[in-house]
Amino acid sequence: MLRYLRLLAVQFRASLQTSMQYRVDFLVQGAMSFFWMAWAVVPLLVVYGTRDRVAGWDFDQALVVMGWFLAMKGALEGAVNPSLASVVEHIRKGTLDLVLLKPADAQFLVSTAKFSPWHVVDVAAGVGVIAWAFSRLGRAPGPLDVLAALLLTVCAVAVLYSLWILVVSAAFFVVKVDNLSFLFLSIFDAARWPVSVFTGFWRFLFTVVIPLALMTTFPAEALLGRIRPVAVVAAVAGSLAFVASARVVWLRAIARYTSASS
Amino acid sequence: MSVRRTLRAAPTLLRVGFSEAVAYRAEFLVWLLSTNMPLVMLALWSAVARDGPVGRFTQADFAAYYLAALVVRLMTGAWVVWELNFEIRQGTLAFRMLRPVHPLVAYAAENVAAMPVRLAVSLPVALVALWILGGKHVTHDPLLLALFPVTVFSAWLITYLAMAAVGCLAFWFESATSLFDVWLGLFGIFSGYLVPLELYPRWVNDVSYFLPFRYMLAFPVELVTGGLTRSQALAQLGAQQVFVLLLLGAAAGMWRLGTRRFSAFGG
Repeated sequence: MLRYLRLLAVQFRASLQTSMQYRVDFLVQGAMSFFWMAWAVVPLLVVYGTRDRVAGWDFDQALVVMGWFLAMKGALEGAVNPSLASVVEHIRKGTLDLVLLKPADAQFLVSTAKFSPWHVVDVAAGVGVIAWAFSRLGRAPGPLDVLAALLLTVCAVAVLYSLWILVVSAAFFVVKVDNLSFLFLSIFDAARWPVSVFTGFWRFLFTVVIPLALMTTFPAEALLGRIRPVAVVAAVAGSLAFVASARVVWLRAIARYTSASS
Repeated sequence: MSVRRTLRAAPTLLRVGFSEAVAYRAEFLVWLLSTNMPLVMLALWSAVARDGPVGRFTQADFAAYYLAALVVRLMTGAWVVWELNFEIRQGTLAFRMLRPVHPLVAYAAENVAAMPVRLAVSLPVALVALWILGGKHVTHDPLLLALFPVTVFSAWLITYLAMAAVGCLAFWFESATSLFDVWLGLFGIFSGYLVPLELYPRWVNDVSYFLPFRYMLAFPVELVTGGLTRSQALAQLGAQQVFVLLLLGAAAGMWRLGTRRFSAFGG
């Protein structure tokens, strides 16, 4: 365990040093993240320009969901996306052999291969939006609510990561997977809205199949103090199941791997 | 690089492009599925309009708008910016430049050749929309109906040429795709892709007439859903053609300037 923590630190330091070479990126990232923040809030303003409440959510509450979405997207693009994009590249070129030969768990190695630390700006922007929403609400979230929200965030990141592992596992079968990641990002985009906006088929899809609800709506509800404890328990159990099944699928997929090189 | 030679090569280029679209059909399908934003926005606005119309939009109007937007978006997709960015960085662009057809024409042929496959996907969407909503939400003006394919093709031209122009920035910068993200962001708002332009504050709608984005999506959509009179439609068609020409100039100019400093590495 300690060994893996040390490995994580090494991998992270390497990424940090790489990105320190591109300091201009920090500014670009910052500017972009303001741009996307404004971009994300515009449709919200338009929708709530016509109605006070939509599907049981008022503007400030929907803003909390939006802030969560921005933060999660930052986490996805900063910590999950770059590594897994590089796995796909490894599989395509056959250089995954070099990773598999190393004396550590392959899933761990490929998932920590690359970070983009500058995306921290996005996470900060998301937290900023949440803070703004709460200052509009005129109250601070209770300590227990914050705790529940943090727990759910951990679950959300775990599920997000597992979904990505599933996508990458698909790369062992269909090599051209950059499309799949694109598809995933486009679906993830729907997480910017509270899940109760969706009905019927969409609601089912976004809560059970691709648990977007868990990623933004549930933590936001927890922070607002309106989540039912049952939902928290279900979310934790569900995400544990998700992580476990992603691990199984990964192990299956890696067993099928035949090097593409030479 | 004569026009005649390009024309002679056109059937072959189109055939190759079509075979590629068919050969990579799984990827193609995934790519099409990722165009799901109009459906998500439709779900959202349906929830909003459940208890009464928003502006002039009822639930059925929103359905017509976003399904039409989906069709237009499916038909006008292009991917040249990523291709160009990749090929410039990898140096494989050099091979394309050796061929006797202008690379931008070759890319365009690949895109156009995929259109029948796109039509095969978007036609059912259109039919389902017609079946659910009835003919009330489609324009009855035969001239406008006849103009619709023209406007969609011009919308594709604007999309393609803008992508080509931005993609050429890869000659100067490390990566042009992050710049393209800004373009996509502006497109999302000013084209009516996220929210119908009428529902924004008036100034957004006013500004949108002077930007290319409206003519890439909102114009064909409003035209086919009967939101425009004949004279409005013709005026916007004129503006659309102006943007096609402007972007054609921009793409050609960027290409010329860029290739001058292009020295292939690798290959």
